[in-house]
Formats: sequence, structure tokens, C-alpha cells
Amino acid sequence: MLMLGMIARRVASGLLTLLIVSVIVFVGTNILPGDATEAILGQSTSPEAVAGLRKALGLDLPAHERYLRWLAGLLSGDPGVSLINRLPVAQLIGPRLANSLLLTALTAAVAVPLALLIGITTAIWRGSLYDRVANVTAVSLVAVPEFLLATVGVILFAVQLRWVSAMATPSVGSFTQALQNFTLPVLTLCFAVTAQMARMTRAALLGVLDSSYIEMARLKGVRPARLVLHHALRNAAGPIANAVPLNLSSLLGGVIIVEVIFSYPGLAKLAVDAVETRDMPLVQACAMIFCATFMLLVLLADICSILSNPRLRTR
Amino acid sequence: MSDAAIAAPRRRRLSVARQAGIALVLAWAALAAFGPYLAPYRAGDVVNAGVFAPMSAAHPFGTDYLGRDMLSRTLHGARYTVGVAMVATVLACAAGIALGILSAVRKGWTDSVLGRAADALISIPHLMFALVVVAAFGTSLPVLILMAAISYVPGSYRFARALALDVNAMDFVEVARARGEKTAYVVWAEILPNMVVPLLTDFGLRFVFVVLLLSGLSFLGLGIQPPNADWGALVRENINGVYEAAPAVLVPAVAIAALTISITLLIDGFSGRSRTMVR
Repeated sequence: MLMLGMIARRVASGLLTLLIVSVIVFVGTNILPGDATEAILGQSTSPEAVAGLRKALGLDLPAHERYLRWLAGLLSGDPGVSLINRLPVAQLIGPRLANSLLLTALTAAVAVPLALLIGITTAIWRGSLYDRVANVTAVSLVAVPEFLLATVGVILFAVQLRWVSAMATPSVGSFTQALQNFTLPVLTLCFAVTAQMARMTRAALLGVLDSSYIEMARLKGVRPARLVLHHALRNAAGPIANAVPLNLSSLLGGVIIVEVIFSYPGLAKLAVDAVETRDMPLVQACAMIFCATFMLLVLLADICSILSNPRLRTR
Repeated sequence: MSDAAIAAPRRRRLSVARQAGIALVLAWAALAAFGPYLAPYRAGDVVNAGVFAPMSAAHPFGTDYLGRDMLSRTLHGARYTVGVAMVATVLACAAGIALGILSAVRKGWTDSVLGRAADALISIPHLMFALVVVAAFGTSLPVLILMAAISYVPGSYRFARALALDVNAMDFVEVARARGEKTAYVVWAEILPNMVVPLLTDFGLRFVFVVLLLSGLSFLGLGIQPPNADWGALVRENINGVYEAAPAVLVPAVAIAALTISITLLIDGFSGRSRTMVR
């Protein structure tokens, strides 16, 4: 019960935070004078036309009412109409969101097992050459901008070797086609996420490896591999389960750069295009989806910690 | 206390690694300050070597998509990449540390309100926050600096608050309070000096993140605008050079990586433990 209560409180606090985020996004995008009517009608227009359009768009309402309308629209799946092509934002976002989810899911499918493997093996062979090289590489990779990895990847594999294409399309017709399309963007996204996740996995394991029951097992003559896999991994599972979603959340930044580089028709590319054309309803909706996803991953990480804390178990 | 601890008092000498680290930081600062004066050409000069020229003695980094000397472009860009990020990080950390200590010392509703605001702001992915700000306020330099600063205040705030809470609970702080010292004195003379080293490593880490954020934004074409260019913008304008494997597209990207990796490795050596670097 204690555990359920904590999770419920955590979810409620997350929802409150999301509400504050929506206020920040709404106020941030509405604080400047000059509104959508200018963007739609242009400079040379009659005051009557402006007034009519303002009324039609609900821009004549006071700010808090517009916020509530926007929020209600967002919650009911209708975040307004694009200022540029007058299409419903939901219709623009739908297919793009699916494409982005495909890209990030593929990245996670590669990055998570790889990171766990590297994290666990470096913990087993702590202090070895492999461990030190992996650590310095991981620290460096976290600090490398995605566009460097992507450009080097394109020059090597698309231009010189011609193995894959430099553009990414979200089609997975056949296996080779999928490899052609997704290898470079997925690899680019994988590097930083894997590096950080592997470091946190290793740190979680080392934290447990320093405890006295492990010392006892070591003195009894248990081999390092068995020590880590059998004795330590169980107690490190909580922190590791916490690290996985936490690090996946950093994909949300990388995916923006990667989708633009490879001209991948995902949600992030849509958001960047919307910023260029100042299509505010679209920017707001994309921003809220990104924030909600981010918060969901952090929430998941926290719930993993709560679930894996034996002190909170009632039985 | 053991005999060994008494016999070997801690000496205040800098290790080789720390000296190397300080030299490295000074080198990057010098590049930002004097880079433009070292450049053989002005930023806009078109040289007689064609576009996307390979590396040569006359043009060590080749030429860009308009036939401008890349070494000069990169040196001019250093001021934007290093300088702008430095200003934004100083702002972010100054605000974060001040608010963090305020939260830790005042506690109560000040702490709750600031904590809730930090929670909300930290829930917006940095690059997405940047996109929203640029969409609303444009891409002028003050907007970019303030945006990057605000985006990284919550992280700095949380870090400083946790540190200040630890120090605040120590005996010497209680002694100072019992002496009747004012809060301002306690913060300035007792709490702050004991936070300096971890705060410096946090500053370095945050600087790396700000560099990556601003160059990422410039790479998207939504950061520093032409004719000025930071290293991210240089990658963007020369992106078609990838098809010729031109140094023009690689050099600025490698320059960013050299900056961020060297600082990160330096911090990793300094703190001696693997800090979680998620936001």
C-alpha cells in the first residue's frame, strides 16, 4: 500500500508539473504582441478582416480563456489549426509521430541491450584496460555533438563506401531496405545514449559491489563474473531499471538533430519546420508532445526505483 | 587519527593533471579572445582556391562553400561558440547558485515554489525549449544567451541546493549561527567557500551542455545568423560538402568535439567519480 501511495503521489506531482509546463509553453508563445492574424492575412488588409478573423480564431478572448480553450483542445486531441496551410494540427502530427516513434523504438532496441552488456562487462572487469578504454570512450561520446557523428557516418558509409543512403525514409519494406534507411540515424542516436546508459549501469553495479555481503562472497572464493551476475546484479536491478528510461529521455534532444540531418519525416523535423515558419499552434503541440514524453520517461524511471525498493514492500 | 595522517599533512600543490587542465581551459579562453586576430583572412574574404578545397599549405582547413578560408572562418567562429556559451553558463550558474542557496537556507515556501518551478522547467527538453523560444522571440544574440541561461538554471539550482543543504547542516555553520552571525555572513563566509570545488565541476559540465545546445541550434539554422557564424552554423552552411568529404564540414564539427570532449575529460579527472550527466 505504501508503494501504491508513493506511485500515486508521484503521478499526481507529474501531472501538476505538466500543467505548469503547458502554462510556460502557452505564455512563452503568446507573450509578444502581434498575433496569428498578421501571419495569415499579411500586412495589407482591412481592420474589419482582422477583427473578423480574430473573432473566428478566438483571439479576442482574454488570455486565460484562450489558455483554457487551448488546453481543452490539446486534451481532446484537437490542438488547433496550422497557420500556414490551414490543416488541423492533429492531422499533421499523426503520421509524423508514428515515424518518430519508429526511429526511437529502433534506437532503444539497439542501445539498451548494448548498454547493459557494456555496463555489466566493464563492472566485471573493473580496472582492466577494457574498462578504462570503455570509460574514456563513453565520457567522450557523451560530449560529441550528434551532427559530427552523423556527418562522419555519411561521409564514410554513404559517400565513400556507398553501403547506405544519406537520406532516411521511414519505410521498412524488406530487411535490406530497412538497414539502408535506418542504419545511420539509429547509429548516430545510439552513441550518446548507449555511452551514458552503460556508465550508469556500471556505476550502479559498482555501488553494490562495494557492499560487505559482496566482500564476504569474494572472500569465499566466488569468481568475479558470478559475483556480478549472481550476487550483485539483483540488487543493482533497481538503479539500472531507473537508468534506462532516464537515459532514453536524452533521445528527445538527439532526435531533433538527427531527423533534420537525414531529412527524416518525423515529429522533430515537423517542429523545426514549424519554428522556421512561426506556425505557433504546431510549435505548441509539438513542444507539449515532447515534454509529455520526457515526463513519462522520467516518471517511469521513478516508478522503477519505487518498485525495486524492498523497504517499501509491505510483505 | 592514525600516525600516518599526522605525519603527512596535506600539501596544497597542484597535480600534473590539474595543471594540464588549467592550461587547457586558458588555451580555449585565449582562442576565443584572440582567435579573430590570429586569422589570416577576414571572415568574409573569398580566397582564390575554389569551393570545398581540400587541405593545403595555403589553406590548412580548406575552403568553404563560397570559397572562403576555413581556418579563418573557424577562428572567427571561436568567439561565438566559446564566448556566447561562456556568458550563458555564467548567467545560468550565478542564478542557479543564488537561488539554490536561498532555497536551502530559507526552506519553507520559498523552497517549495522554487523547487516546483525548477521541476517544470527541467521537464522541457533543452532543444525543444530553445525551439519554442526562437519561434516566439527570434534569434538575436541576447535572446539566445538568455534562453540557454534559463534552460540550465534549474539544473544548477538543484545541484547548488543539494550542496548547500549538506553544508548548512554542518557543525561549523551551526557554530557561526550560535555566535550570532547574520545569514548573509554565514552564506558568504561559511557555506559558499565549502561549495566551490563541486560547483566548478558543475560549471564545466554545464558549459559543455550549453555549447552542445547552442551549436545544435545553429546547426538547425535557428541560432547565430549569417553573416556571423559559430561552429554549429559553419557545419550547417557547408553540409553539402559531405558529398565531397570536404574538410569545411568536418573541421568545425571536430572543433566543437575537441572543446567539449577535453572539458568533459578534465572534469571527469577532477571529480574522480562518474557523475551522472543526464541534464
